Amino acid sequence: MNIIVCIKQVPDTTEIKIDPVKGTLIREGVPSIMNPDDKGGLELALRLKDQFGAKVTVISMGPPQADVIMREAFAMGADRAILLSDRKFAGSDTLATSYAISGLCRTLDYDLIIAGRQAIDGDTAQVGPEMAEHLGLPQVSYVCDAKLLDNGNLLVHKENEDSVQVLEVEGKCLLTVLASAFEPRYMTVSGIVEAYNREVEVWGADKIDYDENRLGLSGSPTKVFQSFPKAMKAPGEVHEVSEEEAVELIVNKLKEKHII
Amino acid sequence: MELKDYKNVFVFAADTLGEKVVAMLLGCGIKDQAQKLIEFGADEVIVADCPELKDYLSEQYTQVVDQIIKERCPNIVLYGATTIGRDMAPRIASRLKTGLTADCTKLEVVSDEKSNGEPQFRMTRPAFGGNLMATIICPNTRPQMSTVRPGVMQKRQRQEGRQGVVTVFAPKFDTSKFKVKLVETIKEDKAMVDIADAKILVSGGRGVHNKEGFDKLQALADVLGGQVSSSRAMVDNGVMPHERQVGQTGKTVRPNLYMACGISGAIQHLAGMEESDFIIAINKDKFAPIFSVACATALYGRFFLE
Repeated sequence: MNIIVCIKQVPDTTEIKIDPVKGTLIREGVPSIMNPDDKGGLELALRLKDQFGAKVTVISMGPPQADVIMREAFAMGADRAILLSDRKFAGSDTLATSYAISGLCRTLDYDLIIAGRQAIDGDTAQVGPEMAEHLGLPQVSYVCDAKLLDNGNLLVHKENEDSVQVLEVEGKCLLTVLASAFEPRYMTVSGIVEAYNREVEVWGADKIDYDENRLGLSGSPTKVFQSFPKAMKAPGEVHEVSEEEAVELIVNKLKEKHII
Repeated sequence: MELKDYKNVFVFAADTLGEKVVAMLLGCGIKDQAQKLIEFGADEVIVADCPELKDYLSEQYTQVVDQIIKERCPNIVLYGATTIGRDMAPRIASRLKTGLTADCTKLEVVSDEKSNGEPQFRMTRPAFGGNLMATIICPNTRPQMSTVRPGVMQKRQRQEGRQGVVTVFAPKFDTSKFKVKLVETIKEDKAMVDIADAKILVSGGRGVHNKEGFDKLQALADVLGGQVSSSRAMVDNGVMPHERQVGQTGKTVRPNLYMACGISGAIQHLAGMEESDFIIAINKDKFAPIFSVACATALYGRFFLE
């Protein structure tokens, strides 16, 4: 079985802070990490590899610095790593991104494509399903469990707000997975050492078939009109009081607001 | 698709855009819901009611919505940012080769200098984990599409007996594309409570420590007639279930009263509750961001009497 896993390098958004004076993002010193849902996807691929044998190829699109997460994937157990990196892709929205990555997938042999549900920098959850459509594959998103059945089909659990759907998928497909369902394994020491001797293949746009008009900024139907820091609300009154006073204060406030 | 998944979404469009608002209603045995959509503000409801749509499956639903869009050529299509909407909308965007903006918290149509006086649809959403807001436009392709976070739009008052058009749509399915089969649906009881609907939320964070702490919050919520919700920290450590989580990766809530107990107020949390009418925060750290950023009234004190 050949499995492609889509991974992305993202800033750790939980570490991003707002400059209290200027109200702007402080990006300095914010570490770059492998997107958590994607790491869950890689873990799922490696579990399938452990059980049934598989070749796991990780792919990513991004600047050359994304090399780091490709090596992390090697250290976890990936067999091949391809980084799609070209200025032609700069400014891509989700549709142009999914188009380019689909072009890369078409050059590879695969039985299954796994992506993370969403990346923590954009939170869109769009690239996976958009890729599935470009490639004509069925999709299951929000995957929290996946097993290979004897007939070669996949049995997949999809988590919804109020239920879990158990789905059987016939043939090739694309899954987007939840990090919370697939606790990633640790990198092994030998894996880390070896990861730096392996080759991360860096591909330019010339390696894939594409329509120039569908790449990068010009191939992106959505444009950023403006971005701005979140408006700050006026701070509330802060009372430093004892427990008894706090109770009285809260009860009075609730009465004032006709809540009690 | 359940009607509740569209709550607060289609209603908005009628308010500010002044355009005809058409709701798409897909499912099996759901025709009677159409009138309800009209009473909540839809001018027309297109109903696709057939056995193939009994349960949500990506391909089936995508085929129907794609056909309706191609027939009607709408300017704007909105979806609820639910697990269903977020699964289907990108699939449709890719099929139609058009733009899609995820998880919008604000939608507006503006005519100004920047749009050369033409009405322009502007979709605003949080990015970088809620640290930054981005306004997105989709200038050259149609329809302009977005998913809208449930709970961020104020629901319109229902007008009983409001008149509208109900149009039955008969989809043509390409069944050769149906590669995913539903084996079973495991219902979870957690569905019973939706914190996004609660008028009063008593919410706990790391400062509540454990299950016993939340039992106290539950007792308070019971007295106030509210529900208990949680910060991400207490979901990650398994004390509270995910459907109770407020914030960027949880739910957006706007209750009349939000009591934040032992929640410091990471920006991701604030993103999910700052629209609440009245916020009381209880925290031992007087510099906790929940006090400085989002609170109407804040209190400093220890909440738990050990």
